[in-house]
Amino acid sequence: MTIDSVRGAPDTPELAEPELVQLLTPEGERVEHPDYPLDLSAEEVRDLYRDLVNVRRLDLESVALTRQGELGLWASLLGQEAAQIGSGRALSENDMVFPTYREHGVAWCRGVDQLKLLSMFRGVTHGGWDPAEHNFHLYTVVIGSQTLHATGYAMGVQRDGVLGTPSAAATIAYFGDGATSQGDVNESFVFASVFNAPIVFFCQNNQWAISEPLERQSRIPLYRRAQGYGFPGIRVDGNDVFACLAVTRKALENARTGQGPTLIEAFTYRMGAHTTTDDPTRYRLKAEEEAWKLKDPIERVKAYLVRNEFADAAFFQKIEDEAKQTARELREGCLSMPDPKPLSAFEHVYAEPHPLMTEEQEQFAAYLASFEEEAR
Amino acid sequence: MVTPVSQPKVFNLPDVGEGLTEAEIVKWHVQVGDTVEINQTIVEIETAKAIVELPCPFEGVVTALHVTEGQTVDVGAPIISVDAEGGAAPEPARPAESARAPARDAERVPTPDEPGMVSPEQPPKRTPVLVGYGVKEAATKRRPRKASNGTAPPPAPAAPVVRPPAPRPQPVDNGLPLAKPPVRKMAKDLGVDLAAITGSGPQGSITRDDVQAALSAPSAPAVQAGPREERVPVKGVRKATAAAMTGSAFTAPHVTEFLQVDVTRTMETVRRLRELPEFADVKVSPLLLVARALLTAVARNPMVNSSWADGPDGAEIVVKRYVNLGIAAATERGLIVPKVKDAQDLDLPGLARALGELTEKARAGRATPADLSDGTITITNVGVFGVDSGTPILTPGESAILAFGQIRDMPWVHEGELAIRKVTTLSLSFDHRIVDGELGSKVLRDVGAMLEDPIRMLAWS
Repeated sequence: MTIDSVRGAPDTPELAEPELVQLLTPEGERVEHPDYPLDLSAEEVRDLYRDLVNVRRLDLESVALTRQGELGLWASLLGQEAAQIGSGRALSENDMVFPTYREHGVAWCRGVDQLKLLSMFRGVTHGGWDPAEHNFHLYTVVIGSQTLHATGYAMGVQRDGVLGTPSAAATIAYFGDGATSQGDVNESFVFASVFNAPIVFFCQNNQWAISEPLERQSRIPLYRRAQGYGFPGIRVDGNDVFACLAVTRKALENARTGQGPTLIEAFTYRMGAHTTTDDPTRYRLKAEEEAWKLKDPIERVKAYLVRNEFADAAFFQKIEDEAKQTARELREGCLSMPDPKPLSAFEHVYAEPHPLMTEEQEQFAAYLASFEEEAR
Repeated sequence: MVTPVSQPKVFNLPDVGEGLTEAEIVKWHVQVGDTVEINQTIVEIETAKAIVELPCPFEGVVTALHVTEGQTVDVGAPIISVDAEGGAAPEPARPAESARAPARDAERVPTPDEPGMVSPEQPPKRTPVLVGYGVKEAATKRRPRKASNGTAPPPAPAAPVVRPPAPRPQPVDNGLPLAKPPVRKMAKDLGVDLAAITGSGPQGSITRDDVQAALSAPSAPAVQAGPREERVPVKGVRKATAAAMTGSAFTAPHVTEFLQVDVTRTMETVRRLRELPEFADVKVSPLLLVARALLTAVARNPMVNSSWADGPDGAEIVVKRYVNLGIAAATERGLIVPKVKDAQDLDLPGLARALGELTEKARAGRATPADLSDGTITITNVGVFGVDSGTPILTPGESAILAFGQIRDMPWVHEGELAIRKVTTLSLSFDHRIVDGELGSKVLRDVGAMLEDPIRMLAWS
């Protein structure tokens, strides 16, 4: 006898055949969707493949560096490359990104040096990059709070009166399935909806909120939640880089032209642990991981390239070598990162000088100087 | 002191989980002499949080494993040395005690803008504490100190490894013959087994010449036609088995009973257990459920878990309140019956792990006398030999033994209809001095009922 713990749930999402936008099947076959036409040149597909392979390789290297004691922690994006590269490449330069701590692929698309991401996980900076330089906000570790920052930013853009003009900018907020249970995320949905903010909520549903499965987060597919707040929601195959690109592009364009927010649920899977301190074998089945391996986001692009003779063995080898080299540079860069100077803790706390902090800074500087004086 | 060609790099156990202080070495994936690459998995460790595979941070040849499997190691303690040049002789195995020694990670020169904070007795040194290795004890004693302005004497050179005072003359006792990596490769390429060569090099190590000599040596004489009979000396396990069986068969009057059981549901249960994460790294076999069923049956019928003792005041029956479950294992050296101690206290994954480890140890010939003694009841799995049943002989000092036959597809009346079901035969031998036919039958029926419908194990435990 089996006990049906989800009895009574309306339309429980089926893992096998969820309703979602897909433009590239796991076997690498191109399919059309009436609402999301996408025309990519061979060159563009090759570039996407290059992105995917590089971010996966960099991610693996970062996991290894953590295991070797060189980083304090790492949140692996393994399995979620297509969701990040697809949405990241849909962005235009003016658009603003509010990431979680796992958006290494989006950071790659925004041109943020991967070493700067590592500097935070190595504990040598509190942030690592200038958000304004890349229109890529600092990693937010608190679950879901960046959606409020993003909504506020989007409302600011709206008030600048640039929507519908060439200098219009959309805002995109990244978060996971677990964050949808947070108050912040629900509050930001309300604000975005009633103010018609130019924002895209990009939820990477990787099925696991650390050890909590999706069925304990929601009884309906996450994208349908948007309906309750009064804006459109759409589910996309998060392992399909084409679909993620097309769907995000359209949602961003809607935001820029004043048509309000969209919730995108990228249906994907966290192939690795939540972070390097987690052990997923304690709470999930191998069989599930094996099933998702067959939906690998990179393999299907490779199959598509080969099938259409858009790339040859030499191309794949070249990308492989390039990724290896990038990883080597990442490792060397990480190992040679200087420790921060003690006084640097006082930088960037306030935008302008602050009397109390200046006093504390001077005190600390004097304390440090006492080491030299005593020896005299 | 061995003077290596180059200084090996030492990998200290990192903190892989935000503030952990120690980890157990579960399994080494490399051995001394192996060539490793950066990020190659070298070892599995288990922390309080997770089992984690550690990737190697260096490339080169492994010159030493500083800790053995099963040891618990402090974060920061050296676990492996890798020589980038690949030319150093393997270091002797480090004594086990050093695994608990404090971190000996490489020291770092303080720079002018990083005042060192040290204990007064120490020479200037500072260990980075930002990432991965936690804070060293010495770092808690703080005292302002002169920073090195370029005039200060250089700090003591890095001493990553403290070596034992003298090399051991014997080859390292890890079962591997001593040979340098190029010699190993040469032997491998030429198909020469290093274990068969006596080395003529330093410390008995094998040289290139030794390998060449072994290769050019005349091959062993052709196998001669043997006599029509062979005399095998009776010793070791065979001798012990024979003595035990004879003793048991002629002192304890045995009775054996049989029961055929439909174990289709047990097989289904086995399949479902395998999918649970708790059983991800252990073997789940029908034997596991048979063992669990027998433990439950013993709990319901304690008398079967007893022994006959002839004391000065006459005979006594000693009823055991613990179950040391013997599992008969066929090994190359003969029949060995390792015991799962206090099996009644183990949960199912624990029992599975204990069964797996013990039989593995027995097969590898590493079972200790303690593993093999003090049994209270035994299971013998004759099914693995492809037979249906047997009349097992009691292990001396025990009063029951359960034989578990092969599982076969058989025509069977199931719910009133003929069906093809998974069927096995159980047989229970018991010491009739202690166990009557009624009790023996009840134990056998209990085990059978639980295997027919494993939910009964829940009901009865």
